[in-house]
Amino acid sequence: MTLKHISEYRDGEICKEIAKKIHVISQKKIRLMEVCGTHTMSISRNGIRSLLPKTITLLSGPGCPVCVTTPAEVDQWVKLARKKEVIVVTFGDLLRVPGSESSLGAERANGADIRVVYSPLDCLRIAQNNPGREVVFLGIGFETTAPTVAASLIEAKKSGLKNFSIISNHKLVPPALFALLENQKVKIDGFICPGHVSVIIGGQAYSSLVDKCQIPCVVAGFEPVDILQSIYLLASQIEAGRAELKIAYRRVVAFEGNEKARDIMYQVFDVCDRRWRGLGMIPESGLELKEEFYTFRAEERFDLSVPDAKDPPGCACGEILCGTKSPHECSLFGKSCRPDQPVGPCMVSSEGTCAAYYRYQQ
Amino acid sequence: MCLAVPMKVLEVEENVARVDIGGAGKTIRLDIIDKRPEVGDYVIVHAGFAINVLDEKEAEITLGYFKELFAHDSEAH
Amino acid sequence: MTGVFMKTDKILLDHGSGGKASSDLIEELFLPYFDNKILADFDDGALLAMEGRKLAFSTDSHTVDPIFFPGGDIGKLSVCGTVNDLAMCGATSSYISVGFIIEEGFPIADLRRILAGMSQTAKEAKALIVTGDTKVVPFGTADKIFINTSGVGTVGDDVKISGKNACPGDKIILSGAIADHGITILTQREGLRLDSSLKSDIAPLNLMVEEMIKTSSKIHSLRDPTRGGIGTTLNEIAKKSEKGMKLYEKEIPIRDEVRGACELLGLDPLYLANEGKLLACVGPEDAEKLLKVIRANKYGKDAQIIGEVTKDNPGKVFMRTTSGGTRIVDMLTGEQLPRIC
Repeated sequence: MTLKHISEYRDGEICKEIAKKIHVISQKKIRLMEVCGTHTMSISRNGIRSLLPKTITLLSGPGCPVCVTTPAEVDQWVKLARKKEVIVVTFGDLLRVPGSESSLGAERANGADIRVVYSPLDCLRIAQNNPGREVVFLGIGFETTAPTVAASLIEAKKSGLKNFSIISNHKLVPPALFALLENQKVKIDGFICPGHVSVIIGGQAYSSLVDKCQIPCVVAGFEPVDILQSIYLLASQIEAGRAELKIAYRRVVAFEGNEKARDIMYQVFDVCDRRWRGLGMIPESGLELKEEFYTFRAEERFDLSVPDAKDPPGCACGEILCGTKSPHECSLFGKSCRPDQPVGPCMVSSEGTCAAYYRYQQ
Repeated sequence: MCLAVPMKVLEVEENVARVDIGGAGKTIRLDIIDKRPEVGDYVIVHAGFAINVLDEKEAEITLGYFKELFAHDSEAH
Repeated sequence: MTGVFMKTDKILLDHGSGGKASSDLIEELFLPYFDNKILADFDDGALLAMEGRKLAFSTDSHTVDPIFFPGGDIGKLSVCGTVNDLAMCGATSSYISVGFIIEEGFPIADLRRILAGMSQTAKEAKALIVTGDTKVVPFGTADKIFINTSGVGTVGDDVKISGKNACPGDKIILSGAIADHGITILTQREGLRLDSSLKSDIAPLNLMVEEMIKTSSKIHSLRDPTRGGIGTTLNEIAKKSEKGMKLYEKEIPIRDEVRGACELLGLDPLYLANEGKLLACVGPEDAEKLLKVIRANKYGKDAQIIGEVTKDNPGKVFMRTTSGGTRIVDMLTGEQLPRIC
């Protein structure tokens, strides 16, 4: 089983060696946050925690499109899905995210036309094949996904597609990291920074975070060797009292990032304030369609107004996302909120903090 | 947040490339990549788009560093 | 052949009426494919002499979309489904019933293709299709065709195979590479298409099981990990036997192409369906012997021992990952979908 540039970084011997080095240098009790949901998935799937010393705690951060989606955003999608002329197109991640009274999965069971795609480009083909319907794409994801949606919109505009629009729920990572650190209750000693967002925004995007907040940041790849290596780099900085930016995922991430992708993203989107679940309203942390693309705004075509929905009573996903609470401290955990019937997003994503915790301590 | 995988470039034509991972092939777009890939390169692919060309030299350095961990366990670096 | 059936190339509601059109359909289309002495009696049920033997009985319905896919079709799937379910109980030859629910307007050419596949698979599996039923529903009220198969087969007196019999120290044998069927079906969907030679692993396993039973009496449990993949099936065995399980990810066979497609779409191959694989919990002393027998069968060439049954952690499945860490393999909570995170 060899997949080039993947299998080499799953080598058990190398993992053992790096884990040994971590055990040797790690004295202080430290809390490291892996910002990106794909890191959370890889950490759980590869059993990384079982290789680490007790001194190191890994926290799952806000970099997962499911976990940071607010109930009000889901309610908007549900309202849209109930319109007979609409085909809702989305990534698979969103089907089970609960809104205040329904979810896309539930609406699909009620007959709504909801389609899962691998690429935003697929929407164009669906729109062309269904001229009598309105195709709406749910634009979720961060700086890696937003440029792919932007490129698809540029293509749609060029081909004069009339029955296609998007809801832009895109969010930006650096503002969320600053917001996390401004919250006094949050105790994070280092960030495992997202690998593929950093391909676009570059390692440079974390320089001000390191300088202003004196917190070590390591941009990590997603294979077990990459993750263990980044934990080792963070732990050694913290033990030595240093706070530096390091790009461990050098084969893929450059300091300047991918300027072309950023240009395309900002040809189509403007930065705006956006509400994040658990972190509240964060200034300049979202993307909305520019004026030149207003015809592609689903909000212009449909009445998507929804009452401002609160998190379900008792749901502590917000604190769990910030690492200020752990799952068993939430009153719903394991009772009304379980993997088969999730209440909060940390239980929805199969490797979300609460879903993984529920599985391990069962 | 962003699942992306290294895929080998088999063919490049204007704004698309045919790429492959383990024998599973796909045609992907090159709209947002900042360097034109050549056949034999590996590109990182997310949601049907190539987002950059994998740096083989850096990959060698990284793997070489890890292999070195076995050669001697001393804290040389 | 002058029946009503021959004048149309589409299934009509008449064919489901039970009248002349129905009997024409059965005699002119079904019988040539399923012809055998028992079915020819054409009674309401099949009279099977069983001489007081132990019987295994099972049923399965199939609604796969698309109905034709690389490596097989809904017909082969429906026959193998029941043949394999019976084989997992130790019944290695079987009598099968087939129930069709067909949508009005379904092309007869497609039905013919499905019947041919069923006939060929049944012959390979030494299974006799001895009774059946066909219903036709108005256009739009069913998705093309649904097929139910049920089957009955005799089990040797000394064969005691059940999920609850797995015992500590047993070796877990997997008969081949995982996730072929699941990933093949998923990548037929619009938007998820890959250009690859991925194909389903549909295969009748009764002859493999027949050899295994001849070789050893220490086969404690046998299961075919269909929907939900080996992850779900292993959890079911662990819960029923109230034993723990320890797997070794390195030993689990998977084709590069399947692994590549799973990486690309963010799917965990442990939870993707297989339609021609079995999982066996066997006494350690016979494990190597059984492995050789399985590998001698054309559907078992890549068989591996992928773990063992343990006394501790009852009901739980743990796995040592390729990175050396340990992970819980949970039951699948819901349909796996391609994701970006």
